[in-house]
Amino acid sequence: MIEQMNPKAERVLADARDLRWKIGGNLHERLLEGIYSDASRLAERATRRPDEPPRFDLDRTIDRLVTSRILGFPLMLLLFTLVFWITISGANVPSGWLANLLIDKFHPVLKSLAANTILPVWLQGLLIDGMYLATAWVISVMLPPMAIFFPLFTLLEDFGYLPRVAFNLDKVFKRTGAHGKQALSMMMGFGCNAAGVIATRIIDSPRERLIAILTNNFALCNGRWPTQILLATLFVGALVPAHLAGLISALSVVAIALLGVLLTFLVNWALSRTWLKGEVSTFSLELPPYRPPRILQTIYTSMIDRTIFVLWRAVVFALPAGAAIWLLANIHIGDLSVAEHLISILDPIGLFLGLNGVVLLAYVVAIPANEIVIPTILMLTVMLTGMDSVGSGAGVMFELESNRATLGVLEAGGWTLLTAINVMLFSLIHNPCSTALFTIYKETGSKKWTILSALLPLVMGFVTTFLVAQVWRLIETIT
Amino acid sequence: MNESKSNKVIHHGCEGCPAHNAANLLKLGVDMEEWDFVVALAGNPNTGKSTVFNALTGLRQHTGNWPGKTVARAEGGFEYTDHRFKLVDLPGTYSLLSTSVDEEIARDFILFGQPDVTTVVVDATRLERNLNLVLQVTEITDRVVICLNLMDEAKRHGLIIDERRLARDLGVPVVPTVARYNKGLDDLIQAIHDVATGKTHTKPYKIQRFSKELEEVISGLTQKVRGVFPTLPNPRWVAIRLLDGDERIIEAFEKGDLGELSQSTTEGVELQTQLSEEQIT
Repeated sequence: MIEQMNPKAERVLADARDLRWKIGGNLHERLLEGIYSDASRLAERATRRPDEPPRFDLDRTIDRLVTSRILGFPLMLLLFTLVFWITISGANVPSGWLANLLIDKFHPVLKSLAANTILPVWLQGLLIDGMYLATAWVISVMLPPMAIFFPLFTLLEDFGYLPRVAFNLDKVFKRTGAHGKQALSMMMGFGCNAAGVIATRIIDSPRERLIAILTNNFALCNGRWPTQILLATLFVGALVPAHLAGLISALSVVAIALLGVLLTFLVNWALSRTWLKGEVSTFSLELPPYRPPRILQTIYTSMIDRTIFVLWRAVVFALPAGAAIWLLANIHIGDLSVAEHLISILDPIGLFLGLNGVVLLAYVVAIPANEIVIPTILMLTVMLTGMDSVGSGAGVMFELESNRATLGVLEAGGWTLLTAINVMLFSLIHNPCSTALFTIYKETGSKKWTILSALLPLVMGFVTTFLVAQVWRLIETIT
Repeated sequence: MNESKSNKVIHHGCEGCPAHNAANLLKLGVDMEEWDFVVALAGNPNTGKSTVFNALTGLRQHTGNWPGKTVARAEGGFEYTDHRFKLVDLPGTYSLLSTSVDEEIARDFILFGQPDVTTVVVDATRLERNLNLVLQVTEITDRVVICLNLMDEAKRHGLIIDERRLARDLGVPVVPTVARYNKGLDDLIQAIHDVATGKTHTKPYKIQRFSKELEEVISGLTQKVRGVFPTLPNPRWVAIRLLDGDERIIEAFEKGDLGELSQSTTEGVELQTQLSEEQIT
């Protein structure tokens, strides 16, 4: 059957077209007017206010403070710094405790159990030294900061603070040629970039939506917060006296997050003047009333929705990654393992960028999930430096009961402050994880934009780390 | 279309008592294998739609205090007095006229998804703006229940809302709730149930008439639309959308998607076969 339009329907459509000309173009306005005036009248009839208006409006007073021209931005920074400071200073102890339990206590038990079975030695290594240890590491490093950070962030969200942040940022977004609502999708991106990309659906214009999608990756996501927090604690915090360490580490994480926002603006600006030229559309942003957060429920939902969700994802990706790392480290070509071959190829490029081969390889392994970057780096470093004291063989993750031990490993791997800063930068500025990329492809339906969204930050990341490394070395030679 | 009308009617002694029924609410989470009624949940952003959704389905979709939280549809189910309801949480929108993706998702579902009941969650503290959406929904479908949410906030702001008058004016049930603290949701379920089963007949308010000549144009076109799709529940609304040049509706008209809307009734099915015979010849 050939699909054919119902002739009757066709006639009606033609009629409608003619009539549209006859009645003029303002039907839409008249329709809206009708709706608005009726809504207003009905609302008026149903609502009554007692004679005296409330004397003091708390909402408005808070709003005046947090969206104030002068105090708005400083208050925003203060709040976020506070959140990170609580996270960093609170996560240390439980992290050590978990590592002690899972890696120090359980791992030897599992090893000895396995030794009594008929499993071949290589399979024992793959399962226990590869997969189990990778997972244990992910849990002990990520669970404590997430369990503190996500509920705090969710409380801010429930209270109604995030739309105020969006309100503050709206003007800047417009000035960069993007849509003000991008502030909201960026906020979502701070949780998860895939979610942030989906959140761009609230933007009507395709041009501005594309900009928002392409730049969402610069919002530091869940998977990358722990990397930032750990490296800031180990290297940046160590620069100052102990009592200031927490605060300074928190500030450096805030600085990285802010750099991400700045890059968002920069790329917005560049895109809206090159490939995605066009008008900025206006919209109205509703500031919702403040609502006292329901603390217990918020903690529960943020645990289930965010903490456990992210942790689960990390574990799912850590299992195969752990296996892959173990295999890379234990399959030998000639005298050296595959991992050592790869790293020696990547090392010159890495060092040139102020990173190293291990970091680059870790980022290749971690394409499915940013969460496993740090565990991968540690495993590879131990294997490469042959630190027998901390590990029990090549490619084995090891006991790390304190941050000090982690620091020891990284320093043995040749890490300096420059390496740490550049890894923090590269963690912010590199390709989105495969989940985010897939979401971008689904939302844009275009291979071109998906590829661009991966290459753009990657190139920017290489350029940034290269420049930082050059300037750093220049200063070092002078002083 | 997935419709499995259960014909079993069980007569309990205390059936009809809201207290008895509310105690029988069974939250089904995402278990929605079969359902008797589909309920759409619409509303402005940030009115607590997701909170209502969670409270009814027992799901724990994250709710956030900011507009634009829900941009895709979420689905869940609950069972009440032997009827299974599928609840669809639509993205929050201010209107159904504009063209952004979220508004289109909401509009398309109310129009083409043909829910048995559309529940509009309304922010009691911003009644006027929320009614704009309500009036657009009642243009599309008659089977509407208003969930007048955030009554505690309204009280805090010193607003007194006469929900009975509002219900009379709008011609649909209006249920005051505080979804965050689970207040009024029993009544809401009862109201949804009554509209779905046809126990309550709704007769929604329609937007005030246009000027005389425009009104003539609209009713003329409405007749013609009805001529093509006789069982369409909202020919007048479709006529207005056609006059307004709504691309999506014109396309649906061309493709005959609008005709499929009539399938839910038996006459509709007959008509559909007639129509397709006409198309072949």
